[in-house]
Amino acid sequence: MNEFGVISVAVLYLLGLFGAAYWGDRAAARGKSWVKSPWVYSLSLAVYCTAWTFFGSVGEASRNGMDFLAIYIGPSLVIPLAWILWRKIIRISKAQRISSFAELLASRYGRNSRMGVLVTILLVLGVIPYISIQHKAIADSFEILTHWDGAPRGASGGIFQDSAFYFALLLSLFTIFFSTRKLESTERNTGLVVAIAAESVVKLLAFLIVGIFVAWFSFDGLDDIFRQAAAHPELEKLFHVNQGQGYRSWFFMVLLSMGAFLFLPRQFQVGVIEIVDEKHLKQAAWRFPLYLILINFFVLPVALGGNLLFPEGDVAGDIYMLAIPLEADAPWVALVAFIGGFAASTSMIIVSSIALGLALSNNIVMPLLVSIRNVRQRTDRLPRTARYARRASVGIVILLGYLFFRLVAAPYSLVQIGLVSFVAVCQFIPATLGGIFWKTGNRRGAVAGLLAGFGVWFFTLILPKLPGSGLEVGTWIEQGIGGMAFLKPTALFGLEGWDFISHGAFWSILFNVLFYVGGSLFWKQGTVERNQAEVFVDIYEYSEYYESSIARRGKAEVADIRNLLLQFHPPGYVDRALDVFARKYHIDWTRYQEADARLITFTEKLLTGIVGVVSARLLVATVAQEEKVSLEDVYAILRESQEIRTTNRELRLKSEELREATEALQSVNVQLKQQDTLKDEFLYTVTHELRTPLTTILALSELLLDHDMEGEEREKFLTTIMEESERMGRLITQVLDLEKFESGKQRLRRTEVNLVEVVEETAFGIREAARDRNIEIVVDLQRSVPQVQADADRIKQVLLNLLSNALKFARKDDGKVIVSMYFLDGFIKINVEDNGEGLALEEQDAIFDKFYQVGNQKGSPRPGSGLGLAISKQIVELHGGRLWVESELGKGAKFSFLIPVRPFNSPE
Amino acid sequence: MNDSLKVLIVDDEPNIVMSLDYLFRKHGYQVFLGRNGEEALHLLEEEVPDLILLDIMMPKVNGYEVCRHVKSQARLASCKVVFMSAKGKEADIEKGMEMGADLYVPKPFSTRTLMKQVTALLDGAGPSS
Repeated sequence: MNEFGVISVAVLYLLGLFGAAYWGDRAAARGKSWVKSPWVYSLSLAVYCTAWTFFGSVGEASRNGMDFLAIYIGPSLVIPLAWILWRKIIRISKAQRISSFAELLASRYGRNSRMGVLVTILLVLGVIPYISIQHKAIADSFEILTHWDGAPRGASGGIFQDSAFYFALLLSLFTIFFSTRKLESTERNTGLVVAIAAESVVKLLAFLIVGIFVAWFSFDGLDDIFRQAAAHPELEKLFHVNQGQGYRSWFFMVLLSMGAFLFLPRQFQVGVIEIVDEKHLKQAAWRFPLYLILINFFVLPVALGGNLLFPEGDVAGDIYMLAIPLEADAPWVALVAFIGGFAASTSMIIVSSIALGLALSNNIVMPLLVSIRNVRQRTDRLPRTARYARRASVGIVILLGYLFFRLVAAPYSLVQIGLVSFVAVCQFIPATLGGIFWKTGNRRGAVAGLLAGFGVWFFTLILPKLPGSGLEVGTWIEQGIGGMAFLKPTALFGLEGWDFISHGAFWSILFNVLFYVGGSLFWKQGTVERNQAEVFVDIYEYSEYYESSIARRGKAEVADIRNLLLQFHPPGYVDRALDVFARKYHIDWTRYQEADARLITFTEKLLTGIVGVVSARLLVATVAQEEKVSLEDVYAILRESQEIRTTNRELRLKSEELREATEALQSVNVQLKQQDTLKDEFLYTVTHELRTPLTTILALSELLLDHDMEGEEREKFLTTIMEESERMGRLITQVLDLEKFESGKQRLRRTEVNLVEVVEETAFGIREAARDRNIEIVVDLQRSVPQVQADADRIKQVLLNLLSNALKFARKDDGKVIVSMYFLDGFIKINVEDNGEGLALEEQDAIFDKFYQVGNQKGSPRPGSGLGLAISKQIVELHGGRLWVESELGKGAKFSFLIPVRPFNSPE
Repeated sequence: MNDSLKVLIVDDEPNIVMSLDYLFRKHGYQVFLGRNGEEALHLLEEEVPDLILLDIMMPKVNGYEVCRHVKSQARLASCKVVFMSAKGKEADIEKGMEMGADLYVPKPFSTRTLMKQVTALLDGAGPSS
């Protein structure tokens, strides 16, 4: 066929594609529902089927039989899982306004721009070989179609004689036009999706046409092909899975294709970014596998047919699709095959380069440009700069693909190169799955995993390819680095006997997972990353939370809103209400066609009166297409709830503190009340005790005034008045003393005290009084007692009190008071013993109470205040000691107190 | 003034007893003294005084008990009981009067006032406080 004709067909095809995109956009704008149907979505997913499928599968089947099926089984198995996996990513992407796979990982791992750069570079690295095989397919098919002379003619000569180069340029231009019509916005690219779906239809129809041609024109139907093939032992083998190597290889192919289907940039673009309604995933779960079955239906017949028709093996299986019709002299069928292949290639190139170009410009080119001051300052030019950056990026991706094809890929089969790309894309699986299901997964782990995985990928799958492409790297490819066999790229760590792809996939993914998990466990997450991990893993909670709360942003046509209202209100009422609304917000209905949040809220209000709040919301939701929560919204809500939680926690803490404080206050209050009562009683008792001497003083003074008295009587009365006055004074002193001790205001003046001296001095002081009453005082002291830390005056006060009491209560006629002292277990014990009447058991505690007076103090010249023992007890306890009494009625009383040699923990 | 009148003075404060002893003797009473409730009860077994001056807070047998005894004995029905106490609160006075006392004198008191009140009490004007 002549070159010009073929090129013209290709250009026409591209124009048709352009038209399909334009038409799709128009249809979407006019609200045609078919552009958003699940069929379009499922067909667009078939961008998975590239030239690899169209040409490569036949080649693979011609060499290895059923092996070609593995990479279709993977996606068929995994697409039901997309409902779990993709839906989650879709929610996340909508919520976080993510428009590329690189942004997804960058966002998850701490919104880190370097992460975006890394992922973009790795994506480009991984996918470029894949793009390159599309160039290869276009170039080869073009060559074959135009220069068929019974044998293929490989692409050769310089770049400028290379038709593939011109196709690459053409495709670049086309894709640039194609993509930048809509690329400005992050909104859905309906036209693109429609075009891709159309391409899927084209390549499927083309394949079916070629298949039917081969089966029923070149042969006598499918059974004829299989019968003939079965006759050849060589070909019969192709009906089965390759024994031995086969199952491991299958396993890895299935695994790799699963990952590729989910995470290849083009799949991500159409499957996640462009999805209209996540329910489409459910329909795609059977429609997409159905498509795969249809497009693979004739693979084996064509492969076997080719093998039968070209038994010499000089025609590669990859070109059977073209060679069979050409050989049968059916150039039109060959042209259909060419267009099918072209559709498969271009769909892949267009979507991949748009996805990668977007990632490249968003993550690398634009940040670089913005960092240049001149660019940054011309803010008015930024939109244009961004557009150019995107266009350039798209072009760069396509041309890089071409370069790889020229320099590296040309000699290899489509499937080999494609699988290398699959392995690369699968390196993103750990970080992505971890990102959306494992909160602990973190950026450093992800980076470590990606670098390790890609490192091994490059070492095992790319390096060995390079020498064969004419770039001599060295003999160590064959023998391992430095001759160490375990570092041989194709048999790492001595893993021999595996096929090339399985070997590379195994080691790269293993290292990737190990480094990712290990790194995530080893390093800690930052705050942003933790928040993002939270949002990503629990996206359903967050999006539901959003939906049930504030600030929904809906979109609806004003006409829809009006129709909705008309179902519940008469037309006159609706129009009046809308007029009121329009006047309020100065709205011109001719220009205001898309209802915003104000109108939606207004509508809800109008409906709420009739059907209630919940139903009104539901009704409005039926016409208002809800926009999903944005990243900022989620954050705002999170922040808000965080603040509320924090405030709540603080409030709880505060109220807890308050409660504790209240309890403390209450108990203090109770204590105070008790003390208050005690104080009252004390005061009452004190005043009572004061009234007694006062009564005597008052009475005697009046008697002295009212009666003339003899000298003796008069003197007695006056003396009594004096004594009673002194008694009052003493009482007052002691009350104040006791108050000081009890309130803790009284402090001890501790010094080194020799208690022997103190006791002797005190005993000496009362000897007069004792002699007056004919009482014997016996002092029996252990001389060797240690010195103590004590307040000597206070100890003297205690001793004096005890001795006075003893004198008071000792027997009248042969009274005896014994003072003894000795050292015992760190304490000095002092006893004061009398031989008086003693104390009843019930009195023994009471005597230490304030104002307790023991019975009749017969003939006592100085009635006690009842405070002496109470004060003594306080003094001894302040020293860290103890005061008590042992007594029996009729056998005297023995008062004892202990003073510690070393003060411990006493307040003074 | 009534020469034949007998008064029993009971208080554990010797100096108060001493003062009242002097006061009532000067006014021509026949005075009996008790230093506590026990002594008072003992005395009351033989004597029937016209007036009993009774301190409340005394060891062993207190003033209330003495009063209750007096009021419970028909023999002592003619005895007027006067409490003298440092317990001067309203409640204390009310309690004293409920015990059947004819007069309640809070300490400290004026001997002049006491004498007037006692005279009025014994003149048959009935209880007054």
